[in-house]
Amino acid sequence: MLDKSAQAYWAANVRLLSMCLVIWFIVSFGFGILLVEPLNAIQLGGYKLGFWFAQQGSIYVFVVLIFFYAWRMGQIDRHFDVHE
Amino acid sequence: MSELQIWTYIAVGLSFALYFGIAFWARAGSTSEFYVAGGGIGPIQNGMATAADWMSAASFISMAGLLAFGGYDNSAYLMGWTGGYVLMAMLLAPYLRKFGKFTVPEFIGDRYYSQTARVVGVICLIIISVTYVIGQMRGVGVTFSRFLEVSVDVGLYFGMGIVFVYAVLGGMKGITYTQIAQYVVLIMAYTVPAAFISFNLTGNPIPQLGLGSEMADGVYLLDKLDQVVTDLGFKAYTIQQGSTINLFMLTMTLMIGTAGLPHVIIRFFTVAKVSDARISAGWALIFIAALYTTAPAVGAMARLNLMNTVQTGEVGSPDGNLAFADRPDWMKTWEKTKLLEMADKNGDGKIQYYNDGGLSDATAALAKAQKDGGDVAAAQKKLDEVKAKHDEKWGKFGWNGNEITKVDRDIMVLANPEIAKLPNWVIALVAAGAIAAALSTAAGLLLAISSAISHDLIKSIIKPDISEKNELLASRIAMAFAIVIAGWMGLNPPGFAAEVVALAFGLAAATIFPVLMMGIFSKRMNTQGAVAGMIAGLLVTVIYIFWFKGWFFIKGTEMAASKPENWLFGISPEAFGTVGAMVNFAVAFAVSRVTPPPPEHIQHLVEDVRIPRGAGAATGH
Repeated sequence: MLDKSAQAYWAANVRLLSMCLVIWFIVSFGFGILLVEPLNAIQLGGYKLGFWFAQQGSIYVFVVLIFFYAWRMGQIDRHFDVHE
Repeated sequence: MSELQIWTYIAVGLSFALYFGIAFWARAGSTSEFYVAGGGIGPIQNGMATAADWMSAASFISMAGLLAFGGYDNSAYLMGWTGGYVLMAMLLAPYLRKFGKFTVPEFIGDRYYSQTARVVGVICLIIISVTYVIGQMRGVGVTFSRFLEVSVDVGLYFGMGIVFVYAVLGGMKGITYTQIAQYVVLIMAYTVPAAFISFNLTGNPIPQLGLGSEMADGVYLLDKLDQVVTDLGFKAYTIQQGSTINLFMLTMTLMIGTAGLPHVIIRFFTVAKVSDARISAGWALIFIAALYTTAPAVGAMARLNLMNTVQTGEVGSPDGNLAFADRPDWMKTWEKTKLLEMADKNGDGKIQYYNDGGLSDATAALAKAQKDGGDVAAAQKKLDEVKAKHDEKWGKFGWNGNEITKVDRDIMVLANPEIAKLPNWVIALVAAGAIAAALSTAAGLLLAISSAISHDLIKSIIKPDISEKNELLASRIAMAFAIVIAGWMGLNPPGFAAEVVALAFGLAAATIFPVLMMGIFSKRMNTQGAVAGMIAGLLVTVIYIFWFKGWFFIKGTEMAASKPENWLFGISPEAFGTVGAMVNFAVAFAVSRVTPPPPEHIQHLVEDVRIPRGAGAATGH
């Protein structure tokens, strides 16, 4: 494989995981901790929204993030022809 | 024998028969099967085994209790212990799988071309795993003693025997398949009573939805709980009370600590492909989330049930409180274990459970000063001050201090089915689940310890020409030793067991996570940088913890009381691992820039682990 495309593969990977980690940070540290008070003014059924993100929502988002990452990485692997 | 005991023997006996059968069927015949289960575990199976490996007695028994009494402020445990899997799936697991070796220190040693780095890795791994395993063995003993009505010691011998059979015989292969069975047992044991309780309170059997639902009187459950606890002077359940910075740092420490725990990382060496390692982390988190999203409901509903049991009517009304004579059986049972204690302080024959603003503590401090010859006048003055404030609010009811003087948080999950008056078979199921949770984690930890000793110390340093057969024998002996030592420490638990958990997470966060991540993401990182970074991170974290908890946790040697005024930037010792990790990264970066870059073949190694193609089976050499 050409060196150029190994670098491009790694850059695509780092771009994808940076994006996923930004979302990871926003839903947990952002919505669950730093912005919890303003979000608590909004109700989601019987949940205050900030409390919901801290005790339920962030966990659901984490699960979706990992599957999304695994799926996208599978595509990127095949695109750069480095899949197993 | 009572009906409950019969049910318990059936549930626990059947689950053990299952584990033994699996252990016999999946015996390990080679080092590859012993260390990485032969390397052919499917991603879903591995996810399930990882979930059982990760969810220990602490997750099963303690977490809902932490939430019940801490409310929002203990959300750090929920986000921290799940968010770490995102980091693991994206930053570590696939690359370590591609590297394709048996242990975590092995990667550190090869990537940093240094036996010193490998040995530092082994030391961190052993400290982390041993601290964990003591707690698990203790959990096994306590659960057996409560449900089978044997002594804690006998319960512990049982547990040691069982771990011995399936972990020593089966190695990673046996452990993987028993952990899958244990996951099924523990998740059923956790969710079945939760569904019953949720249905009783809200009419919705799904606890995650029940927690956000209305109760029979049309009030939202969480609003009701907030009101009931604040009426009695406790802090509101859903509102933040503690400091934001500490919550932030604690969550971060638990996340990067989780991602750096060696017994979890090695589970990802057992899958067939790099892409399986990524997706397997997702499956692990789904299986973990099934318990972790139920726990907040269990915690909140248990707290509400407890408050309603004691406070039967209007606060302060003559018939508003439960009479001592009428207290339910579960209270009497747990009083015997001393995990629940009560005292009729005002002599009215009724139980008052409320936040007395420190009155009970001040009374106890005065009694202690009088007994031990302390400063009685100061203690009396403090008591008078607290009492004046207390009586303004609660004295008009004739109350004289909180009368549930102790509720151990750990009883909440175990007592929950009894509090909610569920049938005996449900209680028996919970017992089997708690034991499964403790045993599965203990086995995973013991394997991490034994492989570090047999593979990273004996095979790599002491006797490199050891045959595969003898290495297998050495790892079995190492594991048997580890079980005996863990059992002995469980019988004679060091008083500091709970504190050491903070040390384990801090260490994993400050040493293992950064060194692995830099090994993959920085081609420029060299031996000098990695070793300096690990040592700096280790020292900063350990010194900060010892500063507030005592040197080597010896009481009386602490340099300052552990309270927010004394903490650096308001960060508690439990949350300091993040700072240790930042120090590690900074020192490693600085040192690596002023020392020579790593040799060519290491840079190729790093390029190679970044690409999935060519991942063979994991090998030891």
